[in-house]
Formats: sequence, structure tokens, C-alpha cells
Amino acid sequence: MKAPPFTYHDPRSRDDLIGLLAELENAKLLAGGQSLVPMLNFRVVAPDHLIDINRIPDLAGIRLSANAVVLGAMTRQWDLQASADLAATAPIIREALAHVGHFQTRSRGTIGGSCCHLDPAAELPALCALFDAEFDVAGPNGARIVKVGDWFKGYLESALEEREYLQSIRLRRWPAGHGYGFSEYARRRGDFAIAGAGALLEFAEDARIRRAAIVVFGVEPGPVRLVEVEQILVGQTFSEAVLAEAAAQASALDAMADVHVSAAYRRHLAGVVTRRALTEAARPARQAV
Amino acid sequence: MSTRYFGAAVPRLEDPRLLTGRGTYVDDIVLPGMLHAVFLRSSVAHGRIRSLDPSAALSMPGIRAVYAMADFVSFGSGPMPTMAPHPLLKSPITCSPLAVDEVRYVGEAIAMVLADSRAEAEDALAAIELDIEHLPVVANARQGIADGAPRAHSGRDSNVIATLRGSHGNVDAVFAAAAHRFSETFEIHRGGCHAMECRGVVAAPEPRSGELSLWTSSQSPYMVRRHLATYLGRDEADIRVTAPDVGGGFGPKANVYPEEFAVALAALACGHPVKWIEDRQEHFLATTQQRDQFWSLEVACDAAGRMLGVRGRCIHDNGAYAPYGLILPATALASFPGPYALAAFDLSIDVVLTNLVPTTPVRGAGRPNAAFVLERLADTIARRLNLPREEVRRRSFVRAEQMPYVTGGKMRDGSPVAYDSGDYAKALSLVVDKIDAAGFEERRAEAATRGRLLGLGFASCVEDTGLGPFEGASVRVTPAGKVVVATGAASQGQGHATTLAQIAADALGVDLSQVTVKAADSRIFPLGISTIASRVAVTAGSSVEIAARKVRDKAIKVAAHILEAGEHDLEIENGQVRVVGVPDMNVPLSTIARVLSGSAGVPIPAGVEPDLAATGYFEANQLAFAYGSQACEVEIDPETGDTRITRYVVAHDCGRLINPLIVDGQIRGGVVHGIGNALFEHMRHDEAGQPLTATYADYLLPGAAEMPDIEIHHIETPSPRNPIGAKGAGEGGTIPAVACVISAIQDALGPAAPFITMHPVSPEQIVEWIDQTRK
Amino acid sequence: MSARKINLTVNGEAVEAEVEARLNLADFLRQAIGLTGTHVGCEHGVCGACTVIVDGRPARACLMLAVQADGAKVETVESLGTPESLSELQQAFRDRHALQCGFCTPGMLMTIEALLRVEGSPTREEIRDVLSGNLCRCTGYQAIVDAALDAAEARRGTR
Repeated sequence: MKAPPFTYHDPRSRDDLIGLLAELENAKLLAGGQSLVPMLNFRVVAPDHLIDINRIPDLAGIRLSANAVVLGAMTRQWDLQASADLAATAPIIREALAHVGHFQTRSRGTIGGSCCHLDPAAELPALCALFDAEFDVAGPNGARIVKVGDWFKGYLESALEEREYLQSIRLRRWPAGHGYGFSEYARRRGDFAIAGAGALLEFAEDARIRRAAIVVFGVEPGPVRLVEVEQILVGQTFSEAVLAEAAAQASALDAMADVHVSAAYRRHLAGVVTRRALTEAARPARQAV
Repeated sequence: MSTRYFGAAVPRLEDPRLLTGRGTYVDDIVLPGMLHAVFLRSSVAHGRIRSLDPSAALSMPGIRAVYAMADFVSFGSGPMPTMAPHPLLKSPITCSPLAVDEVRYVGEAIAMVLADSRAEAEDALAAIELDIEHLPVVANARQGIADGAPRAHSGRDSNVIATLRGSHGNVDAVFAAAAHRFSETFEIHRGGCHAMECRGVVAAPEPRSGELSLWTSSQSPYMVRRHLATYLGRDEADIRVTAPDVGGGFGPKANVYPEEFAVALAALACGHPVKWIEDRQEHFLATTQQRDQFWSLEVACDAAGRMLGVRGRCIHDNGAYAPYGLILPATALASFPGPYALAAFDLSIDVVLTNLVPTTPVRGAGRPNAAFVLERLADTIARRLNLPREEVRRRSFVRAEQMPYVTGGKMRDGSPVAYDSGDYAKALSLVVDKIDAAGFEERRAEAATRGRLLGLGFASCVEDTGLGPFEGASVRVTPAGKVVVATGAASQGQGHATTLAQIAADALGVDLSQVTVKAADSRIFPLGISTIASRVAVTAGSSVEIAARKVRDKAIKVAAHILEAGEHDLEIENGQVRVVGVPDMNVPLSTIARVLSGSAGVPIPAGVEPDLAATGYFEANQLAFAYGSQACEVEIDPETGDTRITRYVVAHDCGRLINPLIVDGQIRGGVVHGIGNALFEHMRHDEAGQPLTATYADYLLPGAAEMPDIEIHHIETPSPRNPIGAKGAGEGGTIPAVACVISAIQDALGPAAPFITMHPVSPEQIVEWIDQTRK
Repeated sequence: MSARKINLTVNGEAVEAEVEARLNLADFLRQAIGLTGTHVGCEHGVCGACTVIVDGRPARACLMLAVQADGAKVETVESLGTPESLSELQQAFRDRHALQCGFCTPGMLMTIEALLRVEGSPTREEIRDVLSGNLCRCTGYQAIVDAALDAAEARRGTR
């Protein structure tokens, strides 16, 4: 299980990177390496060139503005988890990160790597969906912004084109005091989830839901926002009926089957985790954070 | 003799080395000129090799050779020997070191590449042109036994290679007279060993002496030497085999493997040292596993639920070959009737070839399977007669006053089984008490308020340990006064370097720090069998005791001569032989060792052989039977099916404990292996025999976050069958663990749920059962 | 094929080497500079036997290329105590019988070492959570958890 031979490049600037992307054929970008290097070791990928983007300055970092949180693509999961600013602004992120790989992999794994690799069960792309992310990509033909709805193209497939790289991800901020809930089911700690869900709720003074976002992941090839449920929720007070509707919608997703579980079980779990995430998000204690 | 170390929880002598990165595992061995081997393995489960063209591979950078079996013909040829011949196997069913014509499982080695580096060798694999004709595949044992099934070996008439039978008493009469008879069918899957160190071999020919040295990550280095010598037509004395530090074994490393032979053949063919380190992908494909058994059983009991008889049949998946003969199914059969005093039983096992990697013992070796079905049958009786599960067992167990108890069963060699000692009901009562079964319903009610299902489970087992014929040991006191213990028994983490030293230190009255244990090196000790079947404490431990006592007697004899005292007036303490009551009159062991090492022209005391050393071979003619009970509580999330083990209690009797720290470690690790088999580990193959779970993302080993703390209670009934009173402890944790966990899950799901007859049990399966229960 | 010259610090000592790009950090430590205490168990980032500390954080050495360690500070099991003078953590492992075959042990030690540097008073649950990234087939984990707690306590006492 040794990696196949490749030519290694470690550009020191974004311009150098773009130059390499323009020039090289069959090249792969190496971010945190926690998914790509196993694939290299299994020889399921064999790039001629490996472009290591770990040494480009300013690709990592957490920046907060009034309306957004901007995460550099090379921001490590460890740093996301440790960020007090992030925990205060979007506490669901820290909660979800506890489920991302392990202590020993979050040290190197990056949010950009996760969003470009796009394992269906990955938590970070699901959070991007939840926060209406915009993906800032660049390449020899210039930069462009990809809205989250356009990012997920299919199984392990993002909108990033062959000669592009991801610079940063912009998450839409939710107001202070929003409710949040995260729930996933995996066989063991750190395993990819069989199904997971995240929910954000903003309540008006009269306890009616002003805004809602619900994402389900691990069920279809990419994360799915339960848009219809979100729309139904707005203007309502939180109730068992609301929960039941959300769970029913999640259970109606076009779930994948694999060697471990059937589509039916995945659909069932989708309903369970959606209900749990929403219940958490509605807990008053949560909204004080 | 004073006992200072035997029974004490002393920290291990091997630890400082292993804790500081100074262990020497096979992959740590580097020799000048060493080449790295990789194997071209079959990608189909059954096929015929039409052609193999290595020319493109040979021209790649760093590639030194590509070998097929034909290239080894001047050194050896033909199929591998079998580890354990069996009268029912007319001829061995083994593969060649490299496949010659037909391949019979995905992963079977076909050719090998030698290169300057492992990475370059792997590069060349894809360049070897291999043409394989696909043949029909037997992908599981039930398919293999069916009429008209394809043949796993195209030349064989049948996939059934043997039918083993075990019976006792008049089973028909017992069943006819019984108050109740219940039938169940069981599906058992066990999965692999997954030692954290994969296998590995280094072979080095010595051009001047013609000797061959082999370092192998093996539980059976002496078996490797013996069979390799036969295969190569050489004298064992010309082959040195060493098992250095070995990173876990758990059974499968006890085999003699095709890769061990192929690496040796390649080293002879190329004249260089050759290293092969199995990677994890290969481990999934080519290291033996213990997989599926299907049991159809009927149990008879009296009106009070006392188990009277068991009869039925098993279909055993043996994989593509029988490298270990019939040991695995035979051990499953020999594990009946477990702790139960049965008037009669009649069982048969059909051993079936499939086109999957061969099966051989994995920790427990068929005993967990037997324990699972027996314990489920006990639970069936309890469920159908509405009796407490513990009560059915108490009524059915062999009783303490019946010891020694002849079960009616037979060992693998055909000799009658007689349990030596123990109190089975006491072990069960102990776990029932310690887990607070009396307070369980209260805990269950509390869990229900949190929406969780709580269940309590029990299971018991008896384990034959200390399998013969022997492991020997030598004990030698050096002129520096140090004690060197040598044995053929290899260690894979069991702490022999400490436990054997404890025995020697006590016998010779020396500090433990003065004792060194050297093991599993054919140049250091002449004979060895295998570290399997929970046998080393009994066999090697007893041999150390015997050898050390001989050394002690010798030292006293010489000291009597030097001190001019009577032998009966002498004692051995603090590295000296001294006159009882006159401690100033003493002679250090180092002095005695120097005297017995001899000096030119100086006679040594009359009647004493030179060298303060002795060898002991305890002949383990009778097995020592360990036993125990386990209890656990599981908590199920009925929505996800998630099952957490929240409490686990073990009562275990392995006779006299040499080192409680080490025994507890063996038990805890064993229980967790069993929990893996109950809930997580599943090696799946598709209908074409392709493995589907060949990564650690897909094959789920038990992880730290899901495993419970395990509470252990010992009962110490010394075995009367060996001089140290020990019984084996390596597998007793594993054997009843699956049955215990499943019993708890059953209890959590309640009486309306289907009776559980399989493992591993997935969360999806549990949700399905809960759904069925609610319908 | 591309080879690179790298400079890094391993266990406090400067190391300079020329490495092939595809060589991973675990193989570099073991083969190029002979630090065989770091073990290779799965080469796909699950078992954790190869865990080392890179620039203060635990990392899978099988998932990092040696060239990526250029300029880095790498710590391996050999940086802890010696057989004659075990570190508190190693001593706790010995006292608790937290190792059997010893193969996963270096990775376990480096994971817990990294944990104790960021969390001096971990709970049993936190330790089990962190150890979910290291597989052990021998011990059943309990003794390792006990040893980590003991070591944390010993370190708190001495600091």
C-alpha cells in the first residue's frame, strides 16, 4: 500500500498555484490529505502531479464580518473546533466537528478538502449547505463564486473544475441567539454517519419561527436542505406536528443503499436524526448561547 | 519454596523496551542487500491461470526479479504441508506457495516481485500480464453443500471434505423421553483476527554456511521450520527460525503460510535477503479468518427445564483450503457439551470448501460458536418454559461434586473429555450477584423513562486449555548469577517474558530483575509447538517450574559440597544457597555457576553434571479446563438500533493466577474481541467471492469509545493436572462474550421479539426486530 | 519521480535528507532515519499506530508525505522516556498493563501525549473519545484509559 509515483509541487503563492493548474495535466490538489492520501496508498487514484497547497499563505483563516463568516479553504478542522469566535457565532459548527474524523485527523484535515472531496456523509459540506455557503473558487480563467445549491454535483463530485482551486467558503451568519441542533448516527465514534441532520431556527418575540434551515446528510449523494419543511415552519410555533412533518420529509429522501445498510434503514434514520436535530434547535436553553 | 512472584501483579519485564520504541518486529529488521517482495494476487475467486508474462514488469526501475512457482523448482515444489493432519483428510488440501494452475480465492498468491523498494515492487504489479479464465464460484458454505453446486476445486467430486461426528449416550431415547424438545437454527459469523501488526517475513540465505535464516511474525516458528525443512529437503538444523517481537496473533498467525515459503524460496533463488511485509489490504485478503457456521439444533429438557440432550448438524465454511486440517471444526465439536451435564448428544459438522480465504482458528477457535449455540439453547428453554435464564443453567450445569466429570465428548485426538475441577454454578452466581441482577428491573424502568431499552444477559463456558504435547523450557544460571530462561513458545503480547520469569525467580530465590526470558528462536531452544489454544502458561510454565527445580536441586547439591553441609539444611534465597538459620554460611548462585562452568584441570563436584542449567518438558497429557460466566447490560436506542454495552462483569477460573495484571489484560482483550463479533465485525463477500469489507472504514473493529469497562472476579481452583495449578486464560474472555451480549439484547427487546439466532447483530437488524415486535 | 531535500527537526535533532516525493512520513521515520518505534498498521489512516506529533499536534504519519514535513518539528515515541527512565505516561502504561503486544502502543502514547498537552484533566469519556482514533486488539482499551488518567494526575502533581 505505497503511493504510486508522482511529481510533487508545493507552490508558495496563489499565482504559482494558478500557473501550475494552467500547465499540468492529471494533477491533484493535496489539502489536509486525510482522504486523498489513503486513496493514493490504495492506488485508487494515480495523478501524475500532486500540487500541495499547504504552503500557500492566507489560504487558512477564520474571518467574521457583520453578515458572514469566511473560512479559508485550508483552515484545519482542529482550528475550526478551537475557534471561540466561531463557537460564539455558529455554535453548531463546533458541535458537528466533534463527529468529523478523530482528534488525530482533525489536526490536518481541512474544510476545503472536505468540501471538494464530498463524501456524502461528511459533516462540513452539510454545514455549508445549512449556512447557504458561497464557494470562492479561482483558476487560470479567473475567479468565480459558486452558490451552495450548485456546488454538489453528485457522488464525490463538486462544481470545482479540473483547473480550479477553492479559496474560501463564505457562510451566511445567523443572528445571535439562534437555535441550533445537530444529530447523526454512526456505528462508532468518528465513523462516517449513516445519516445526519443539522437544524437552525430563529424565533420571533412571539415564539413563532422566523427562519429555519434544515440539512440532511449521508442519505443522498450530497447534503439536502429540506426547503419545503423550512417554508412550512416559518410563522409557526414549534410543535409535534412540525417535527412529524420534518421527519416525514426526511424519510422520503432518495436514500442510498450500500454494503452495510439498506435504503429503507437510511430513510428511517434520516427521519430520526432530523427530528432530534430540530428538537435540539428548539430547546430554549440552546438559544441563549 | 518461598513464593514471592507467583500470583503477584508485577509489572512486565518486556514493557520498558516496548514503551520506548525499542521493540524489534519483523519490519524493523534490515539486512544488507535486502530486497522487498510483493505478491501478485488473484483478483478472482476461482479461475485458471492461462498465462503470465512478467517481461514489462522486469524492465521497470528497481525490479530485480519476478517469480512464479516454476522458478523455484530446484528448491522445492508442490503444495504446502498441512499443519494438522486428520484421518478424514486422505490428502492435504493446501495451496502451493505460489498458485500453479488454478486459483481458488481472491488474494491467492500467483507471483512475486522483488525490488529495491516496496513501492517499486508495487509499481511493477500492474505491469505483469496475467490472463485468468474465470471458473464458477462457491461463495458460501450453504451454496457449496447444495446439490449441483459448482466445485470450489475443479478437480474435486464434492465441496464437502469431511463430516465430523460427536455423540454420547442414547440420544434418541433421551429425546423420546424428554418433557420438551425445542429446535433452533443459527447463523454465526466471526470475521478476522486483525492483529495490529500484519504478517511479515524476512528470509536470509547465508552463502558461506548454506544456512537459511527466517524471521517471521508467527505463533508457530518451529512449525514453520519443520515444514519448510521438509519442503526444501533440508535438515532442520540448517534453518534458523525466529519469531521476534510479534504484534498480536489471535490465532491466524499460527498457520504456516504460503508467503513464508515463497519468501524463503525467493531468497534462495536470488541469493539476497528478502523481506515481505503484509499490508492491511493483503491482511483482509490472505490472512486466514474464521467465518460462517450454520447450525440446526434440537435440545431436549425435562419439565423443570434441565437440559438433557442436544442433537443436530452444522455446515462449516472452511474456505478454499484446509491449511490447518480440520482443527477448527473439530474444536467446535469438542467444545460440546460445554458446562452442561448432558445425558446424550449427537452432532455432526459438514466441512465445506468455498472460494473464500481459508479459515483457521481465531481467538476461541470454534469454542465461541459452540458456546453461542449452547447458551442460546439454554435461553430458548428459559423463554419457552418461562423460567429465569440463570435457573435453567443452574439446573443443567455439571456440579462441583461431580468433578472430575467425564462428559461423554471426545477431544480432537479422540480421547475422552474429563473436566478436571471447578464450580460452574458458583461462577454464574458470582456474576448474577456482582451485576446486581436483583436491582435490574429498577434500572430497566429508569432507562425506559429515557426512551431506552435495557437488557441483561448471561453466558457461561468451559474451555479446554493447556493442549499437549508440550512446550519445553531450559533454565540456566550464568556465571554472573543471572538466570536465563529459554523456551520455544513464542509470545505475541501475552507477557511470557514476565510470567515465565516469575516462576523461575521463585524456584531459584532470585530477584525478578535477574531473570531474562528468551523465546521462539530455534538456535536458542531446540523444540517448540505453537502459542495457541491457551496453552503456554500450562505447558511452558510447568516446564519452567520443572527445569528451575532441577537447577535448584543441582545448586543445593553443589552448595552442600562447598559449604560441607547436608542438603536438607540448605535453603535458597536472595541469589544464594545458605544454611538454614546461619545466613552467613552461604554460597552465591554465581559461584556455583562458575564452579559448574569448569576450569582447566579443576574437577567439579562428583555426581553433578557441568553447567548450572536444566531443561524441562512437562508432558501435558491431560487438558486443564478453565471456565467462567459473564453478565452484561446493554442499552438500546430503539429509534436507531444503537446498542451500547453499559456494564460488563466476568467471573473466571483459570486455576492459579501467575500474574493477575496479565490475566486481567487477557480477559478484557478477549471480551472486547467477543463484543466485536457480537456487534461490529462482519467480513462480507459478494456472490462472486469478492470481499466487500476490506478496509478499516468498512470492517468495524471495536473502538475505545464504544467499549465498556469490564469488571473481573477470579475464582482460583488449582488444576490438579500440572505442577503449577494453572489453566489457560487467553480465550476465556472471548468464548462466552457473544452469547452474553446477544442474551442481553434479547432481554432488552422483550419476550415478543423474535428469538435471536445469529451474530453479528447490526443496528438495522435491531430496528427491524423492534418493528416486528410492535406489529 | 521527484526527490527533494528536506530539513526538519525530529525529537529535537536537526535532520536533513533527500526523499522521494511519494515517501510518507511514517516510512521516512522508520526507513530513512531508523526510528522504528513508529509503527505502520493500516496505511489508510484508521488504526493510528503511526501517530506522531507534528508541530505540536497529533498526526497520522501514514497520511503525511515526508516532503510535507520540511521545516516541521516532529516528535515520535523515541522522544518520550528511556527504558531506564520512563516518562510518567509510559510508567502509567506499565503500571496499568496498558500494552500487550506493543504494536499500537507508540501511537497510543503519542495520541495521549498530544491530548495531555491541550487538556491536562481529561475525563474518562474524553480519553475514550480521543482513543477512538487508535485501534488496539489486545487490551480492550480499559487499561489504556486508566493509564492516561494516571498520567494526567501524575503530570498535574509535578507541574
